[in-house]
Amino acid sequence: MPARQPTEPPRLTLDNVTCERDDRVLFCNLQYNCQAGTLLQVVGFNGAGKTTLLHALTGLIAPAEGQILWQQTPIANSARAFRQALLYLGHQAPVKAHLTVAENALWLARLQGASVERLDWALEQVDMLAYRDITCHSLSAGQRRRVALAQLYMSQAPLWVLDEPFTAIDKEGVAKLEALLERHCAHGGIAVLTSHQALRVAGMQTLNLADFQPQAGASYAYG
Amino acid sequence: MAWQWFHRLGSPRWFYEKTSRWLVWFAPLTIALLLIGLIWGLAFAPIDAKQGNSYRIIFIHMPAAVLSLVGYYIMAIAGGVGLIWRMKLPFMVMQAAAPIGAALTILTLATGSLWGYPTWGTFWEWDARNIFMLVLLFLYLGIVVLGKVYPVRDAADKACAILALVGTVNVPIIYKSVDWWYSLHQPASIKFTGASSIHPSMLYPLLLCIVAYYCFYTLSLILYTRREVLVREARTQWVGELVGAPNNGDKSGGERHA
Amino acid sequence: MDDQRGDNWSGVSAVFSRDLRLMWRHRSDLANPLIFFLIAITLLPLGVDPSRQLLGSIAPGMLWIMALLATLLSMDLLFRGDYDDGSLAQFQLAPQPLYLTVLAKVAVYWLTTGLPLALMAPLLAVMLALPEGGYIPLTLSLTLGTAVMSLIGALGAALTVCLRSGGLVLTLIVMPLYLPVLIIGANCVSSAVAGFDYSRELALLGAGLALALIVMPPAIAGALRISSNQ
Repeated sequence: MPARQPTEPPRLTLDNVTCERDDRVLFCNLQYNCQAGTLLQVVGFNGAGKTTLLHALTGLIAPAEGQILWQQTPIANSARAFRQALLYLGHQAPVKAHLTVAENALWLARLQGASVERLDWALEQVDMLAYRDITCHSLSAGQRRRVALAQLYMSQAPLWVLDEPFTAIDKEGVAKLEALLERHCAHGGIAVLTSHQALRVAGMQTLNLADFQPQAGASYAYG
Repeated sequence: MAWQWFHRLGSPRWFYEKTSRWLVWFAPLTIALLLIGLIWGLAFAPIDAKQGNSYRIIFIHMPAAVLSLVGYYIMAIAGGVGLIWRMKLPFMVMQAAAPIGAALTILTLATGSLWGYPTWGTFWEWDARNIFMLVLLFLYLGIVVLGKVYPVRDAADKACAILALVGTVNVPIIYKSVDWWYSLHQPASIKFTGASSIHPSMLYPLLLCIVAYYCFYTLSLILYTRREVLVREARTQWVGELVGAPNNGDKSGGERHA
Repeated sequence: MDDQRGDNWSGVSAVFSRDLRLMWRHRSDLANPLIFFLIAITLLPLGVDPSRQLLGSIAPGMLWIMALLATLLSMDLLFRGDYDDGSLAQFQLAPQPLYLTVLAKVAVYWLTTGLPLALMAPLLAVMLALPEGGYIPLTLSLTLGTAVMSLIGALGAALTVCLRSGGLVLTLIVMPLYLPVLIIGANCVSSAVAGFDYSRELALLGAGLALALIVMPPAIAGALRISSNQ
């Protein structure tokens, strides 16, 4: 398996995290510990801050208070090691309309240092091998998302952060993805994801952001 | 612990309360200095042998030019401090400094052309200092506009700070290159009265005017920053108590978007 | 360390070749700045006076100004596409530093905009009756100058990437920063035309490029982090 897999088991810790947006507290004092093998689904009503939390987890934004630790080190202090261990897929598929399926999957994999040899196999897994040399602008939204999801099959990163990975994916695709997530976690990986769908994955944990809403009185910034 | 004072500097509330006490004596002092300096310069300083009375505009023009340049660096340094130490107050100072600086460059350009008409026979001359002031005005305007168009205030502050910092690298280069350009294109008809020695009877009011302008700049920076503090902290408890009415905060919060 | 350097190179070259390929697939967009340059220069004699003497005397400055405007033309799109489809987030989270990725993108932009403009400028200089001796310095100065301007413009593009109508703001914040490049570049050509040595101006442009290469990529990366995540 991957050479870069860290020897110590992966561990992601959210230490007292508070996130704000436009001076409004989205959630506060979020405390959570993801051991190796954790599959965590973040749920919450629209606007509860699911995407913001994922952005904070990846280091795209800094939380207003508290910190996020990877292997006990704040991610800001070990940016490179952390980003090598991370695979993030946002709610948009980073797929260029004027590149072919293979080209799109390839540049993303090379950018993240994933193993490029498994490209065809990965495309096969997401049922896109038949479209290998088709430019993406003729693809549907679900197919574009599949191109992005091919990264999951190429990546060696122990930590996956996925924002709505099931959007526009059909039933079979969802089932396959669930199996993949289960396998990833069984191998000691960590996956944090948001989804509006109920997932059927054994041992999945749920984090409801509604539990970390600021108290009505404490949040002067509200309104 | 030695850094405590520094981080307290970052507290908008501390700033507001401290300056409330300073303003009581600082505002009258500034106005007095400004009045004395300008009246001395405009009314009592001796007339210039070559330029007549039109030279007197220097008492308004020159300090404004100095302060508009100094102000750019004050703005950029404030932005840099805010970026590095992640403090709110320096950003407020930066956002306050931009329109003040822009106003000072406009004042400099306006008084410069008013002086230019009787002296050079034209309101606008492509002179190195004119161009530099104009470019400085563009730099200020860039920051003001960028700060206004950004949807999120926090991001606006940081974006403006980066632009201001890159500007500080560029300002000396712009200054030098404009100077160099002018030395290549200098029209023969215009000669400057160089760095001739200035008579003390003119120098003293000029120096006083510069000091007064520095005070005036500081005063307007403080007042603008205080306004910025109130607008941004409108929803906090201490501003609510200060204003007295709980809904007053929202009014000033809306001002920014108006 | 070697491993890191290898990783950096692989990621940066992935972005570099991706952008080049995208540019190639959009060949028609590639021609836009060149066509703008051509049309603007064609309009010039119609607007002023086609006498060779006048045109020759304003040619260095005009060629430089038009080239400057042409590089600005599509500048606001530099990061827009990557911002819209989430590629920018991938750049930020990739193992290699963001400023290297930024540098790769600016390099592609320069190769596909600045360099063609510099190579095309001598042709248009013939139309503007640029006196002999100005052609080589024109190309050389534009080659260096467009590289500096691409780096400066990329900062403007990064700062305005989140704004829907960022083009105008971009122009406002970038133009004053272009001023030294314009002055030095146009003077490089006119002093060569006048028969003077122009190596000093070229050296200044080279120094400007070195400075911009040091200062701008981190600033652009910082600006992208700020403007793209809100």
